[in-house]
Amino acid sequence: MKGKVINVTTDTVVGEVMKMKNDGHRLVTFSTYQVDEDGLGILYHFDKNLETTHLRLTVKRDAPIPSVSGVYFAALLVENEIRDQWDVKFDGLVLDFNRTLYLDPEVTQVPLVSNVKIEPKK
Amino acid sequence: MATTVIPFGPQHPVLPEPVHLTLKVEDEIVKEAIPALGYVHRGLEKLAEIRDYHQMIQVCERVCGICSMIHAVCYSQAIEELMEVEVPKRAEMLRVIWSELHRTHSHLLWLGLFADAFGFESLFMQFWKVRERIMDINEATTGSRVIVSVNVIGGVRADLSPEQIRWILGEIDIVEKEVRALQDTIMNDYTVKARTVGVGVLSKENAYLLGAAGPTLRGSGVAQDMRMLGYGGYSELDFEPVVETSGDCWARSTVRFRETLQSIDLVRQAIAKLPEGELAAKVKGNPPEGEVYMRVEQPRGECVYYIKGNGTKHLDRLRIRTPTFANIPPLLAMLPGCELADVPVIVLAIDPCISCTER
Repeated sequence: MKGKVINVTTDTVVGEVMKMKNDGHRLVTFSTYQVDEDGLGILYHFDKNLETTHLRLTVKRDAPIPSVSGVYFAALLVENEIRDQWDVKFDGLVLDFNRTLYLDPEVTQVPLVSNVKIEPKK
Repeated sequence: MATTVIPFGPQHPVLPEPVHLTLKVEDEIVKEAIPALGYVHRGLEKLAEIRDYHQMIQVCERVCGICSMIHAVCYSQAIEELMEVEVPKRAEMLRVIWSELHRTHSHLLWLGLFADAFGFESLFMQFWKVRERIMDINEATTGSRVIVSVNVIGGVRADLSPEQIRWILGEIDIVEKEVRALQDTIMNDYTVKARTVGVGVLSKENAYLLGAAGPTLRGSGVAQDMRMLGYGGYSELDFEPVVETSGDCWARSTVRFRETLQSIDLVRQAIAKLPEGELAAKVKGNPPEGEVYMRVEQPRGECVYYIKGNGTKHLDRLRIRTPTFANIPPLLAMLPGCELADVPVIVLAIDPCISCTER
């Protein structure tokens, strides 16, 4: 994959994202992929003068992830989308759609993870 | 002052596709806008698990009808990079020609819709009338007006004959002349300027920090266009991004108008540099394995594909970030402080494609 890749953890991700912002990078988006049965990888893609940098975070799907929406407001939609599609939680999300950005409240299947059921919203 | 909550959409005369905004309004001034999506979400990314990587081209084309060609180019380039396939030069240039024809018809479509949003119906009809020539070119050269479906992994599966090229050059000459005839109206008419100048201002700093893409970003003075990466045949063409600096609806409209003319020029350049040669490389070896991150410039802005292949014919992950998705946070920043009557114009000024957003 083109671009520099920097590995981060849940403890360092917000600080690294803040560094990217202070260094003049534009947040492009995140990409999420399954690592194993309960592991999730998130790539945070940044751009500066058409050069790409990616931060790679690997987490357990049931562990909350620090939100970076306080650093980049634009992250709020991506984090809500990931929450809908992968059933992960973000701590500190500035506008939390509570798993209903894309999904209807009565949905009980996590779209991008097999065999995981969720409670319908009341 | 009391706050009134006004729902905008999901069905609204200026919205061809459904999106909802909850507007908190004091008097006639918008104080806050909260979006709601998901009315037509299709889960196309999930289809990568059951369609093979060749079939996914047709799925990616259907992410968006208006820029189907460019979605297919982005996906094809990503797979070609993973599989180390070298695309023939003729195929690269043909991709540029159809991509720029797509950009032209997309911008003409939008310019018409935008005119309609502020009540200028005759201008709407003029832009759509001009657009028909581009749709005719698409139909004559690919068999379809909208979803042209010419891409394959390794190149393209349609060619342009010398007769077709002569006819296209004649048609785009007429298109350019007809578009230029509308220039004074869309850029300088009193009623157009009254509805667009100083409306929905997005500063250069905010456009960048909020992740704006395409004409929304360039209308705020940021000279960024993914075609500057030189992907495909763009590296051989003379290209500079179109930029306006006022950051308002007029600037975004003007960027799209000027880009329409620029796309016509790029079609001419690509035709002039169209080499002889094969249309597609033979794809050999194992199915795609590894990760790839690909960006191209759609009519609405930067489009991003992330693909993770596992060495089988089915991809592990296909992730698509469309430009409208990127332009929603900037829209939320533009709306507070505007008059309620300007909301449709500001919303339309980002050229919202909900089909893309709800891929």
